[in-house]
Amino acid sequence: MNTLLDLVLSLLVLAGAGFTLIGSLGLVRLPDFYMRLHTPTKATTLGVGSLLIASALYFSTRGQGISLHEVLVTVFLFITAPVSAHLLAKAALHLRLRSAALVPAKAGEGKDPSQVAGA
Amino acid sequence: MLSLALDLALALVAAAGVLSLWRLLRGPSAPDRILALDTLYIDTIALVVLLGMRLDSPLYFEAALLIALLGFVGTVALAKYLLRGDIIE
Amino acid sequence: MRRLLPHPLVSAGLIATWLLLVNSLTPGQVLLGALLGWGIPLLTRGFWPEPVRLRRPWVLLRYLGVLLWDIGTANVQVARLVLGPPEALRPGFVVLPLRLRSELGVSILANTICLTPGTVSARLSADGRELLIHALDLDDPQALIQTIRDRYEAPLLEVFDPC
Repeated sequence: MNTLLDLVLSLLVLAGAGFTLIGSLGLVRLPDFYMRLHTPTKATTLGVGSLLIASALYFSTRGQGISLHEVLVTVFLFITAPVSAHLLAKAALHLRLRSAALVPAKAGEGKDPSQVAGA
Repeated sequence: MLSLALDLALALVAAAGVLSLWRLLRGPSAPDRILALDTLYIDTIALVVLLGMRLDSPLYFEAALLIALLGFVGTVALAKYLLRGDIIE
Repeated sequence: MRRLLPHPLVSAGLIATWLLLVNSLTPGQVLLGALLGWGIPLLTRGFWPEPVRLRRPWVLLRYLGVLLWDIGTANVQVARLVLGPPEALRPGFVVLPLRLRSELGVSILANTICLTPGTVSARLSADGRELLIHALDLDDPQALIQTIRDRYEAPLLEVFDPC
């Protein structure tokens, strides 16, 4: 395997692992739930995405034909990560979790039937 | 050089998994724990993909795909449960 | 045509997914993929509320490019925020009034917001006209709303809401 490819792969792998670690680090360090929500959806997803691209590149250059199915997992992750983040944020708002920021009172409380009846 | 990078990356991702596990155990609230679980499964995908490259076997891809699919469904079901108190309406 | 092939875009997506999944391009797999791409939309016709229609596909492609670039820069920015002292962060909620009406458009916008710099879409109001956004480090709410409108909502309006 030539050196340039080796270098590119190493960089991709290390960047990916670094972002994954930053994602989890944010999960531990940040003070409230809504802030903690940010790092796993962004940093971890990008980290795993770059690892998967490195993997596609690695197996494509092994001489057994092009290997692109890692793209499938990458796309799937990039579509699903925001969806789960959105659902978790909604659940947290529903449970009225403590937040460092002021939660606005309006903005769609109407989803919950009991609150519509109260208002 | 690549195998060294892979070893280092494996260590970093494993550390990420441990940090997520800490949040999972500590949690203070249920959404926190679900978020930690979500991150943990994505970290696992990263580990499996790295292992696939380290051991030079394309078979690990199938495992990564399955973890991605099931992990997402699990997170959605848990979040739904918190929202409605019920999964299947 | 409409009855035989209800969702051409979905069919194309399914064929591409199948070929990626089996990781080969042999004629047999292409045929099997084509069969699946034709059969699945036909069988699940009843579950698709509105036909997916794209007005200007090239705008969507450019949008995808902008999005990928933003995800890259956004992550470096978020990484810096995470590694810095957590006390320096100023989190905040912002309400974004939506101009988009198409459901698919709103979903794509909400997903985009989740993937880009320091913002997560938290809740869509019941009438679908407002989106509640949480920002990790909020400097100027008005500027944030303006950025989202110009950068992401405008191209989506062009593609999904013909008006």
